[in-house]
Amino acid sequence: MEFLDYAFMQRALLAAVLVGVTAPAIGIYLVQRRQALMGDGIGHVAMTGVGLGFLLSTSPVWMATGVSVLGAILMELIRWYGRTRGDIALAMLFYGGMAGGVMFINLAPTGSTANLTSYLFGSLSTVSQSDVTAICLLAAFVVLVTLGLRRQLFAVSQDEEFARVTGLPVRALNLLTAVTAAVTVTVAMRVVGLLLVSALMVVPVAAAQQLTRSFAATFAIAVALGVTVTISGTITSYYQDVPPGATIVLLTIAAFVLLTALATPLARRRARALAAAQPPGDPAECSIPVTRGAADEVGV
Amino acid sequence: MGVTDVTGEPVISMRGVRAELGSRPVLRGIDLTVHRGEVAALLGANGSGKSTAIRSVIGQVPLSTGAIELFGTDRGRFRDWRRVGYVPQRTTAAGGVPATVTEIVASGRLSRTRFGLFGRADRAAVHRALELVGMADRAKDSVNALSGGQHQRVLIARALVAEPELLIMDEPMAGVDLASQEVLARTLREQVAQGTTVLLVLHELGPLEPLIDRAVVLRDGCVLHDGPPPHAPASIPPSSQLRSSRGYPQPGHDHVHPHGPAGADPIRTGLLS
Repeated sequence: MEFLDYAFMQRALLAAVLVGVTAPAIGIYLVQRRQALMGDGIGHVAMTGVGLGFLLSTSPVWMATGVSVLGAILMELIRWYGRTRGDIALAMLFYGGMAGGVMFINLAPTGSTANLTSYLFGSLSTVSQSDVTAICLLAAFVVLVTLGLRRQLFAVSQDEEFARVTGLPVRALNLLTAVTAAVTVTVAMRVVGLLLVSALMVVPVAAAQQLTRSFAATFAIAVALGVTVTISGTITSYYQDVPPGATIVLLTIAAFVLLTALATPLARRRARALAAAQPPGDPAECSIPVTRGAADEVGV
Repeated sequence: MGVTDVTGEPVISMRGVRAELGSRPVLRGIDLTVHRGEVAALLGANGSGKSTAIRSVIGQVPLSTGAIELFGTDRGRFRDWRRVGYVPQRTTAAGGVPATVTEIVASGRLSRTRFGLFGRADRAAVHRALELVGMADRAKDSVNALSGGQHQRVLIARALVAEPELLIMDEPMAGVDLASQEVLARTLREQVAQGTTVLLVLHELGPLEPLIDRAVVLRDGCVLHDGPPPHAPASIPPSSQLRSSRGYPQPGHDHVHPHGPAGADPIRTGLLS
C-alpha cells in the first residue's frame, strides 16, 4: 500500500472513486434512452474547453465544464428542433469541438498538443489540488441529480411521450440530463481522459444488465463495478506506469466479458424456472398467430 | 347505454381542430365532444388521423387551428395531468436498461406524488394497478421476459396507477393475444363501471365492443360517422357473426329503424350507401 504515501496518488484515487460513481450513475440514463454515445460527443466538445483554459490561463477543468455544458445544451436543442439532418449538425459539433481544442492549445503560450494528451487519455501525476476540489464539487452535483431525481429521470428516459402526459417537465429534465452528462465528462477527464469517458458511462451499465432484472439493481451494480475498475485501474497504472484511462477501460471491458460469460448459465436457469412456473400447455401464447391473422384481415 | 344521454359535463372537447404533420394535413376540422362517463372509440383506416387526433388531445401534436379543452380548461393551460391516464401505442414497455414490471408501473404514479417521493399509498396503488391487469404475480419480473399482451397490460397498469378520470388509449389491443384481450376488456369494464371516461383508438371493435357507447369513424382527417357502434343497441340482438365480419361501424347505421316492417331490409340512408 506504499502508493498511498504519495499525495498525487491520494488525489488520483479520490478522483478515481468519484469517476467510478458518477460515470455509470448518469450513463445508465443515457443507455436507457438509447443515447449511449452522447458522452463521447460531449468529450469531443470539452476539448475546446481545455484548449480555451490553456489559452486564457484559467483552470482547464472549469473551462471544460462550461464549454461541455454549452455543447450538451446545444445537442439537446438540436434533438428538439433539428428533425432533418440532426446527425450532420451533431457531427459538426463533435469535430468542431475537437479541432477547436487542438487549435486553441497550440495558440496558447504554454500549451502544445502534448499537454492535450493527458486530458485525452487521463494521467495520474497531473491531478492537482484545485482539480480535486473542482472534481468533488461537480461529482456532488452529479450524485445529487442522478439519485435525487431517479424516479423522474427513469420515467423520462423510459418513455418520453408518456412522461409528458404525466405532467413531468420533460424538457427541463432532458436538459438536466445533458448538463449532468457534461459535468460527468469533466469529472472523469483528469483520470480517464476525454476520449475514454464514454466507455465508463456505458460499459459498466452494459455489464451490470447481464445479471439484473431491475433498474435499481442495474444502477447499484454498475456503480459498484465502476468504482472497482477505476480504483484497480489507477493502482495498476501506478505500478506498471501505463496510462490510467486505457487501463480502466480495458478492465471494464474485461469485466463485461466475464459477467456475460457468467450470465449465460444464469439466464438459462431463470428461463427454465419460468417455464416450470407456467402451467403446461398454456394455450394463450400458442394461439396468437391464429387470432391475430384472422383479426387483421377483418380490420380495415 | 345509449350514446345520446348527454348528461355529463364535457371531458374532452375538440372544436374545428386542424393539424399537419410535416406539410400534410392530417386532421381537417375535427369536432368531437366526449362527456363524463362515456366510452368513445375512434375508428378508421390506417392514415385516417385517429392516432393524431388523440395525440393532439394530450398535447403531443401542435394544432394549426381550432381549440381543444380538457375538463373545461384549454389544452395549453391544462396542468392537472393526474386526471388523465395515457396508454401510448407501443409494442414494448422495455427501454435500454432492464426494468421490473413494478418499476415501469410506478413511473405512472409520479403525477400523484410530491417530488417523486413514494409513500405507502403510492406503493399500494402500484400493487392495485397490477392486480387490475392480472400482473401482480409478475411484479418483480423484468419486462423483457413478458409477452406482447403482457407488455400492453403493464402499459395499461401504468396509466391506471394514477387513478385517472379520463383514460386515453392508442390501439390498446394491437398485438395482444386472446387471453390478454379478455383481461384488458375486463379491466376496462371495471374502470367504466367506476365512472371513468374513455377515449380509445381501435383498429376494430373486437372484444371491447359491448363496452363502447359511441363510435367515431374518421376518414382523411374528417369525422365520417359519430354514433352508436353497430349491433350494440339492445333492440338488435348481438350477432357474433355479423360483428366479426364488419371491421368498423357502417356509416349511417343509426338511421336503421329497429321497428321496420318485418322481413324488410333495413333502410340505409348513410353517406356511403
